[in-house]
Amino acid sequence: MAHEETVYDALDLAHGGEGQWAFGTGFDDPLAGVDTTVPDGVDPADLGAYCLMLGDDALVLAQRLTEWITAAPELEEEVALANIALDLLGQARLLLARAGAAGVLGRSRELAGPTIPDEDALACFRDPDEFRCTALVAAPNGDFGRTMVRLLVATTLRLAVLTRLRASRDPVLAALAAKGAHELTYHRDYAARWVLRLGDGTAESSRRAQAGVDDVWPLLADVFSPTDVERRLAAAGVAVDPSGTRAEVTDVLTTVLRRATLRVPPWPADEAPAGRHGRHGPELVDLLSRLQGLARQHPAATW
Amino acid sequence: MTATAPAAPAVSPADAVERQLQEQFDATIAAQHRIEPRDWMPEGYRRTLIRQIAQHAHSEIIGMQPEGDWLLAAPSLRRKAILLAKVQDEAGHGMYLYSAAETLGADRADLTDKLIEGRQKYSSIFNYPTLTYADVGVIGWLVDGAAICNQVPLCRSSYGPYARAMIRVCKEESFHQRQGYELLMTMMHGTGEQRAMVQDAVDRWWWPSLMMFGPPDTDSPNSARSMAWGIKRHSNDELRQRFVDMTVPQAEFLGVTLPDPDLSLDPATGRYRFGPIDWEELKRVISGQGPCNAERIARRRAARDDNAWVTEAATAYAEKNS
Repeated sequence: MAHEETVYDALDLAHGGEGQWAFGTGFDDPLAGVDTTVPDGVDPADLGAYCLMLGDDALVLAQRLTEWITAAPELEEEVALANIALDLLGQARLLLARAGAAGVLGRSRELAGPTIPDEDALACFRDPDEFRCTALVAAPNGDFGRTMVRLLVATTLRLAVLTRLRASRDPVLAALAAKGAHELTYHRDYAARWVLRLGDGTAESSRRAQAGVDDVWPLLADVFSPTDVERRLAAAGVAVDPSGTRAEVTDVLTTVLRRATLRVPPWPADEAPAGRHGRHGPELVDLLSRLQGLARQHPAATW
Repeated sequence: MTATAPAAPAVSPADAVERQLQEQFDATIAAQHRIEPRDWMPEGYRRTLIRQIAQHAHSEIIGMQPEGDWLLAAPSLRRKAILLAKVQDEAGHGMYLYSAAETLGADRADLTDKLIEGRQKYSSIFNYPTLTYADVGVIGWLVDGAAICNQVPLCRSSYGPYARAMIRVCKEESFHQRQGYELLMTMMHGTGEQRAMVQDAVDRWWWPSLMMFGPPDTDSPNSARSMAWGIKRHSNDELRQRFVDMTVPQAEFLGVTLPDPDLSLDPATGRYRFGPIDWEELKRVISGQGPCNAERIARRRAARDDNAWVTEAATAYAEKNS
């Protein structure tokens, strides 16, 4: 029974007491070994705020996709949705840690105990009005059709941003964007394939997919509107102005919807950014109460 | 030679072929070689394997739920990532195992229907609730630990596709077990509340973990035949004892007390004696009276029924574009 002995021998190695013997459970600091110096001429507060925008989008969308686990249509979808959520969670961890390293922690650092890393202080100890995600990612999932339409829209936008962000003057953002763009290419492809199947599947699936499109489209109202932070950082060559992604995003979405035999609704008129300034609906409050509850009950704990 | 001479007992050509196939099968099992999907096998062997593999696949899929209940509320992003990857692995294990059952002529959708209709079972352990985050760690340590004890011998199962699936499953389970133990170690080094959570979870999961090995050998009707066929390699009681012997020192190192006043080391054998198991509880949970049986099946049923339109759409789309 050599195999069994190997499994338990590995456990015995824990007697060193360093608690790092399970692969993947170490690396408490996702930015360990990375130079987090802010580039010349860039306000660290701006850089941190921008990291929160991209990080909160990823965190909140990952949480929404995780809601599908044990409820997905097929086991293959359980695996795929978990994979996408894991990628986005990985992006969120780096971005929140980067925001923390830039000093943008606010009250969260006071509420969270000293053993809690910056990424968790920011994820679990900020109030909803301190979150910088868009309404697009915060909206509830709806059925699988609406979930796939929202995923298609959100990943198309994010891929367009990250592709451009690869050229950022901030090396941390540039590296993160390079890895993230690769991941997002797969996520967008997954969502697009499902939108095709549902749009051009049965009458029922087409009706549901179209209803999903009609529900999601109004959430595009503020996604191309830059905040002042994005304008300043884009001018400095650090961030991406989302208004510059509009042509690519509308082109991709139009192409996929037409191939799926779905109607492209009128594009909503531009509105001033709401979520990026911390203005959210009750759905984000509900999502965060679940995400944060346990961590907030134990601010002095170590997990 | 007369037409009325009594005939010798007739052996039809088909019977002769069958007997030869049975002999080849028996020789393969005796030589501890593997039976592959294309090989002839007795119907009883096929049915027993489908039942065992399906039950195992169902356990992986239902087993996603108790820990999945903490995915949205994990106390740190690192723990959320670890748990999400683990639950994802369980979905993957279910997929390998359903595929192994399909090599025997079963159909995944049909097996899922049987699970939902209560015609096939899953491990009774997943009918207990996960009350705190320490339960996530204890499931990794004790439940996955017990699963490993049960499953490692199956890597040498006589049926090839099952044995090969189990090698991969066991590697990932051993990883999960270490992650669970690492969570518990971290919590035991945390606050007093965290240590109390760990002890409480150990108190609740210890006895159900011992029940995972099944009824005592004296009351396990299918065991002997499965062992003769090389589908099963060790008896329930033997595996249970092995699990206790491995786990007690780990509990001591962790700093928790196992909830059994009779637990003691037998110096003569080097093995641990443990107290009586409440088999009535196991019977209740298996028969559907556990705390979460209805909830677990209801969720699986909802995933199938609420999304039936998605599966129909994918099928229709594939037919249009084939």
